[in-house]
Amino acid sequence: MNVLVGVGSPNDSPAAIEQTIQRAAMVADELTVAILSPESADGESLDATVATTLDEQDLTASVRHIEGEPGSGLVDLAEAEAVDEIVLAGGQTSPMGKIRIDNTVEFVLLNAHTTVTLVR
Amino acid sequence: MSSDRRYPETVSGPFEKPPVRFADREERDIEIRPYDGSDAEYEALAEMYVEFDPSDRAQGIPPGRESRVRTWLDGILAEDCYNLIAWDGDTAAGHSTLVPDGDDDYELAIFVLQDYQEAGIGTHLIESLLGYGYSEGINCVWLTVERWNHAAVSLYEKVGFETTGAESFELEMAIRISEDE
Repeated sequence: MNVLVGVGSPNDSPAAIEQTIQRAAMVADELTVAILSPESADGESLDATVATTLDEQDLTASVRHIEGEPGSGLVDLAEAEAVDEIVLAGGQTSPMGKIRIDNTVEFVLLNAHTTVTLVR
Repeated sequence: MSSDRRYPETVSGPFEKPPVRFADREERDIEIRPYDGSDAEYEALAEMYVEFDPSDRAQGIPPGRESRVRTWLDGILAEDCYNLIAWDGDTAAGHSTLVPDGDDDYELAIFVLQDYQEAGIGTHLIESLLGYGYSEGINCVWLTVERWNHAAVSLYEKVGFETTGAESFELEMAIRISEDE
């Protein structure tokens, strides 16, 4: 299965990114990691986080960067490359602990033609 | 999380301050007072959430298992949060909480045990929490609510919350209880 992971929504923590990539790799024959923004909310390089995760988990993946709107960029990429499943971190919470579905996740859920998995 | 959150310009209130005592619509004698940090009150609250009807969960809280309830409570009963409990004798019937968002403002949530719903407890829990927050120097409070939850949205509007974000899954609402300094 050809799996596309999107990382770098505003509230994605490094731990969430690692968990999401790991979860995607479990079902992927072919893995693509799409980086949605250059830096995480606290200014860390997402390239570095992704590279470290792939290295530590001994995973092979092609890494892509999405320019512009992350939701539509992900859906476009999935359609262009015959992706079977999109995987996103879906466990972001507010200070209170409420699950929050951000705009990127919502856009992908509503507009993707593939299965979408939210990892918690 | 979003420091660009918009707040109403108009200040709402004043609100009643805890402790508050009243007879609810079922003639039960209810007292609302701040969480005192004791094990006894913690356990009463944990018991309330373990009994909570799963269909009344919202956006993943309260969590479903007792161990997760306790982890969640540890976070929101921390010293930098403000918590009120509505008591029917020794039974925790409801709970309202303000949790700091890291931007000097606070996220609000409120929970009422099923047997105590629609008895006027929620209104007192939220108003006295805003009064409590005001007396502690809080200016702005926000919350998110599932957009189909009309009863909750009406309650929040009644006390002065305005919808500030409607473009995501949940409605975001906010209230100003004091002028910025």
